[in-house]
Amino acid sequence: MSLLEISSTMLYTAFILYLIATGFFGATIKSKKQKRGISEKIGITLTIIGFIAQLVYFITRWMASGHAPVSNMFEFVTAFGMAMVLAFIILYFIYRLTVLGLFALPVAMIVIAYASMFPSDVAPLVPSLQSNWLGIHVTTVALSIGILSISFVAGLIYLIKFVDQSNRSKRTTWLEIILFTLFVFIGFSVISVIFNFIDYEAKFQYIDGTNEVETVYEMPAIVGPHDGTALTEDAMKPWFEAPGWMLGKDAGRKFNTLIWSFITGLVIYLLCRLIARKRIGAALQPLMKKVNLDLVDEISYRAVAIGFPLFTLGGLIFAAIWAQIAWDRFWGWDPKEVWALITWFFYAAFLHLRLSRGWHGEKSAWLSIVGFAIIMFNLVGVNLLLAGLHSYA
Amino acid sequence: MEKIKCECGHVNPLGTVLCEACGKPIEGNQHIDGNENKKLLNMRYEGSARRSKTYTSSFIDKIWTFFSSVKVGVWLIVIALIASALGTIYPQEQYIPAEAISRDPAVFYEATYGTTGKLYYQLGFHDLYGSWWYMILLALIGVSLVICSLDRFIPLYRALKKQRAKRHETFIRRQRYFSETEQVSEDEITKVKNRLRKQRYKISEENGHILAEKGRFSRWGPYVNHIGLIIILIAALLRQTPLLFLDEYVWVREGQQTVIPGTKGEYYIENKEFILEIYDESDGEIYKDALEMQGEAVAKNYQTNAIIYKKKEESVVGAEPELEVIKEAEIKMNNPLKFDGYTLYQAGYQLDEFDTMSFKVHQTDDTDKESLGTFTVDLTKPDQTYELDNGLRVQIDQYYPDYELDKGEPRSKTKFPRNPAFVFLIYPPEENKPEVSFVGIGRNIDPTNENQYKLGIADFSMRDVSGLTVRKDYTLPLFIIGAAIFMIGVIQGMYWQHRRVWIHPKGKNVLLAAHTNKNWHGLKQNIEKAITDTKINLVEDQQELEEEVKKKGGKS
Repeated sequence: MSLLEISSTMLYTAFILYLIATGFFGATIKSKKQKRGISEKIGITLTIIGFIAQLVYFITRWMASGHAPVSNMFEFVTAFGMAMVLAFIILYFIYRLTVLGLFALPVAMIVIAYASMFPSDVAPLVPSLQSNWLGIHVTTVALSIGILSISFVAGLIYLIKFVDQSNRSKRTTWLEIILFTLFVFIGFSVISVIFNFIDYEAKFQYIDGTNEVETVYEMPAIVGPHDGTALTEDAMKPWFEAPGWMLGKDAGRKFNTLIWSFITGLVIYLLCRLIARKRIGAALQPLMKKVNLDLVDEISYRAVAIGFPLFTLGGLIFAAIWAQIAWDRFWGWDPKEVWALITWFFYAAFLHLRLSRGWHGEKSAWLSIVGFAIIMFNLVGVNLLLAGLHSYA
Repeated sequence: MEKIKCECGHVNPLGTVLCEACGKPIEGNQHIDGNENKKLLNMRYEGSARRSKTYTSSFIDKIWTFFSSVKVGVWLIVIALIASALGTIYPQEQYIPAEAISRDPAVFYEATYGTTGKLYYQLGFHDLYGSWWYMILLALIGVSLVICSLDRFIPLYRALKKQRAKRHETFIRRQRYFSETEQVSEDEITKVKNRLRKQRYKISEENGHILAEKGRFSRWGPYVNHIGLIIILIAALLRQTPLLFLDEYVWVREGQQTVIPGTKGEYYIENKEFILEIYDESDGEIYKDALEMQGEAVAKNYQTNAIIYKKKEESVVGAEPELEVIKEAEIKMNNPLKFDGYTLYQAGYQLDEFDTMSFKVHQTDDTDKESLGTFTVDLTKPDQTYELDNGLRVQIDQYYPDYELDKGEPRSKTKFPRNPAFVFLIYPPEENKPEVSFVGIGRNIDPTNENQYKLGIADFSMRDVSGLTVRKDYTLPLFIIGAAIFMIGVIQGMYWQHRRVWIHPKGKNVLLAAHTNKNWHGLKQNIEKAITDTKINLVEDQQELEEEVKKKGGKS
């Protein structure tokens, strides 16, 4: 077996292990015992083994490709998922909260599944990426946003337990929207697997700037590229075209994928609601009976307290050092840079509100969710909507 | 009244909420920290006297109070956040793509994005981060940083310096973590004290009263990181001055030697060779799929092999300068060249630019095109006239380095010889009336159709051009220092906590209280560990108790 084959097998193994571990964490929720149960021990053990497997994926891929495997969207998002698992393991051993695993691992799996939809070929590095700073900058960023994501997970747990589900309110609606967004990501993975399986393909041609480029849709085109023409004859005709203001590379195809994910997510969501016969938030709430709100609040804050300095270091300082070496300026107001600054501003505001103005508990939980939304926008949105130096994938 | 004397004997500055030494609430000042009608004391700034809360009448006081508010600080951050986001809706001026309809922002935004684009440009968002109001916003954040920090740091420092081990009973009872235990022996107190010491608490004692404290330095974290940020803002300000910051660009052709702009004519660069490499099969099987998918060439290396010269000091003004080699290097992306405070970056290139072009003259009606003479034009600095061997004289009337027809008018698209074309005047021997001839690549036009002589391109040579950025940035060390101080401060403040435990004997009883600026669970664990096997009760979270009475989850 080649290194690369070992690598992808290990990633797959990690994913399966996380899945099983989630099941064991789920089993701990109902147990009445105060002492740590056997299923909790199995759950965390499997998580650690899964993490090691993913670490092997990372190392073998590094050895095979000759550079830190964080150079394109597939590699970076996978590393992000891995960082999230690591952050969970660390915070688990500080606070011993199993319900964190029940939510953190699925979110990490969603992230890894999202990553696997990008081309996973080992690509050579363009000159601007040929630097040791690639590994240093990107892994620190992945690690920091992995930790910040745990703040989101804890915030979400807080809200599921805290928000009163007996009546519909603004709170329940917003919580449903957040949960629905997670369904959209699941929908993305499901629909990608389906169309992958039936091997769907439709080619389009469109103008990108002044170049004529071809793009391959792997899902039927609901939305075609801006000013594009279909090259595959018997494929479904697009219903409408991507608007011109979507500037990201290959925006039409990505927008189309987003629409499909949304539809699939909606279908799965509605099915779940049909089965549960209540809001998803309300259906999840009983699982939180044993959760200590104060502890979850503390974890959500602690994750930011650990993640924020790391993000500053990786996302701004290391980024600036590398930009100075590669692009002759340490700061250039590229959209990705600006959104890293926005993320930093946001968590700075979060910390000030919490430490100086006493925004604990619920307010803090909502903020941690907004923070995660900003991180995800920088990961997904900036590449889709905005043109810039970082749009490698 | 300028000072407030507490019953413990300590003299506090005006505006103090809790006595710096013993913590007793000072009557008449409790509203400042919102302690009235509350069980717990607000411990955020130790109840110290802050200027912003004490002096509020004069104009300066009001400004100080405004900027010292964290609320104002957070609003400034939020406004900066939203403003920054606005700037990413459309590309900033400097990122208008090369292949855009026009690189003139006045044209580009409206032509590309319609009305919203026009508005974006009119509002000045195309250069948002360089706009006066964005600068002012950052400056206001800077002011807020300075005032917030000064307002809190000085009194807080005083309060923590002056604190005594013996606290007033009210102070102890109104802490978040508190417990009271009856009938506690000396031995048990000593046991707890030693266990706290083992957990690396610093112990101080006063008449049997004990203060165990650790991690006080973490309280300074916020102020340290703010100093770092202020240094960064100052560095950004200094960078605007040409004295400390230089940004130039130089194109240098292969084989050419040119002065490096911005160095006052002191340094020269020679481009020995420009190298562009792309990935191919020899780079390994592993990249095959990715390269195939890419469909186009993927660059592997941009490199300029350069020699840097320095002008010798004794060079005479006006004469050709005498140069000495100071450095020979390969300038690559991610591998800039540094010399004497300057840095050169591989930033651009132009492949296959014309270097020289040779022309041959023959009789128009000569089918063999037998040469009557040749001449070579250096395309970067062509001569005015060329005398040929047989007495012919060729004069360059017009030179278009990068020829194109613009609405029927010939012009040069750029000043670089990428597509050279000429209007030549040919003077036959001993004649004053020239023949006109237009020659370019694939073009040879005789406007009169009566020319006796014809000119043709005989040969040409090409070369690559390297584009290099020249940078001198003396503000970089300041940025690095600022960033380092920020990181130290933020780690100091975030990864450590300031924890204090007070043991307060009262007759046979013991009052136990504790405070931390964050991570209360950790503090509770410390106390749990310290009091095991003693009679002393574990502290209760009085805030939790208070809150539970007040409300029950989410119903509001």
